[in-house]
Amino acid sequence: MNRDNVLIDAKHLTKVFGYGLQKTTAVQDVNFQFHEGEIISIVGESGSGKTTLAKMIMGLLGETSGEIEYKGKPRKLRSHKDRKQYWKDIQAIFQDPFSSFNIFHKVDKLLTDCIKLQGLTLSKEQQFEKMKEACSFVNLKFEELYNKYPFELSGGQMQRLMIARIFMLHPKVLIADEPTSMVDACSRSTILDMLLKLRDENNMTIIFITHDVGLAYYVSDTIYIMEKGQFVEGGPAEDVILRPRHRYTRQLISDVPKIHEEWNLA
Amino acid sequence: MSTNLLEVKGLKTYYRTRLKEHVYAVDGVDFVLEDGKTLGIAGESGSGKSTLALSLMGFYFPPLHYNSGSIIINGTDIMKLSKDQLRSQILGREIAYIPQAAMNALNPTLKIIRFIEDIMKVHKPEMSRQQVWDMAAERFETLNLSPKVLHSYPNELSGGMKQRTVIAISTILNPKVLIADEPTSALDVTSQKAVIKLMKNLLEKKFIRSLVFITHELPLLYHVTDEIVVMYAGEIAERGTAHQMIFDPVHPYTKKLMGSIIVPEAGMKGHKLEAIPGTPPNLKKVPPGCRFADRCSYATKDCREGKTEIRTVEGRLYRCIYDTQTLREWYRKEQENGGIVAR
Repeated sequence: MNRDNVLIDAKHLTKVFGYGLQKTTAVQDVNFQFHEGEIISIVGESGSGKTTLAKMIMGLLGETSGEIEYKGKPRKLRSHKDRKQYWKDIQAIFQDPFSSFNIFHKVDKLLTDCIKLQGLTLSKEQQFEKMKEACSFVNLKFEELYNKYPFELSGGQMQRLMIARIFMLHPKVLIADEPTSMVDACSRSTILDMLLKLRDENNMTIIFITHDVGLAYYVSDTIYIMEKGQFVEGGPAEDVILRPRHRYTRQLISDVPKIHEEWNLA
Repeated sequence: MSTNLLEVKGLKTYYRTRLKEHVYAVDGVDFVLEDGKTLGIAGESGSGKSTLALSLMGFYFPPLHYNSGSIIINGTDIMKLSKDQLRSQILGREIAYIPQAAMNALNPTLKIIRFIEDIMKVHKPEMSRQQVWDMAAERFETLNLSPKVLHSYPNELSGGMKQRTVIAISTILNPKVLIADEPTSALDVTSQKAVIKLMKNLLEKKFIRSLVFITHELPLLYHVTDEIVVMYAGEIAERGTAHQMIFDPVHPYTKKLMGSIIVPEAGMKGHKLEAIPGTPPNLKKVPPGCRFADRCSYATKDCREGKTEIRTVEGRLYRCIYDTQTLREWYRKEQENGGIVAR
């Protein structure tokens, strides 16, 4: 794992919504450097701007000021070709698995689309083989699934299928926007372990967005705490969680119930 | 003296599918809830915990149907009442139910106060409008909610605030038992804490006497409830005090479930999480033996074929053919062999 290669470098990133009196600054002067093979967590309560930041990194929202450098060069998203090229490298899993699927397409269509997106021409058997491999990576049985519509699957299965997609596409960067908030505790641990496996096997950079410091601590190498559009604290996971310095970080940690300590409800 | 506020005996409810199959989502559940106690119900999705909560109301509508069993609230068997009696005497007054995502069900064209007026019109028609307003404002203030909320529309409130408002509205008639189905699952940690505080507040101020709390967040249950029931495939897998269940689970399923807890504490990093392989059984065709056998790493032939027994030890109850000694011995061995180390 080479942690010295800076993959994404953001300088003074700002996003403002609205004009005049209705101006809201969602992300304010954010700087960061994400390295190759690193798992980064962005933690904050709802409305703190974490999803806006993720969308900016993905290129779904333009930045008001500041710039993002990808692989040492300013990111280009002007033409369709540029964007397609960029999204080959950067992919996302969203919060709500129920709305990330096209309800008219069966599972195998979803996965064959991934193969097409990569521009590969494979025979039916080879395609089948590839899809089977992706499904076994996330502990799903392709034979049982391929002929099903998304509504026939459970939330956990859907979310795992999204990860299977990521496994097929092999992006450089994965943005996981609260992937575990709509699934139960059991599937949650499975999904988190898969993210770790993706990083270990493919040296993927994962940007994990969550409101739960516990999850962030479990998966990530680096944690950034976000409050009202600004990073208030950042650093190695151990430092941020076990020795928090900022008031807001302490508050977030105290809001999560723990099992070996009293939970102060006052 | 403690009395039993809620007694459930052999409750069986099923969903009827379009092909006339019967799927028993709650299959013989018994438990007792004492006055002033709180009960947590945990389990994976699809384990029947939400159906159990719905069934506890005694109010069934298709595709959910009632098969057998009794629900005794404060001495009355509500299954023997007619639907009208149930609606006027029990629901809202004795037992209140907050379904999953209740906060999204608020009518966006009505102010919050109108929901309270509606409830009062049915249950206490003698109260004047002004009285209702005063009462609602007072109640909201005691619960540390701003009375301003009463005169706002649902879309003006944040998710956490909406959820707290829904809880305050549903307990306005001082029900004895409040059944809350995943009240915190769509909220962030800060609002989650506020909701928990509100529920503790309701219990302390005696607006409600008991609470049934359904969630899959086990650390939450540990802090909120006295007892925890773990459901699996429509049955109770294990039941015990919160401390017993978190730190010393006996049933292999509970053990695995507790292994999936994630908390921001030292030692969590690098700690291997336990994932349960496979999926819960399809309840259309229930396996003859133990329902967990297919996913259990200790399962033997006896488990799959023999009848499971309910064992009662040390004030807890669990459904497994092995005794606690055997199970604990296995867990200890697994830990020694470099398996999963539970803290």
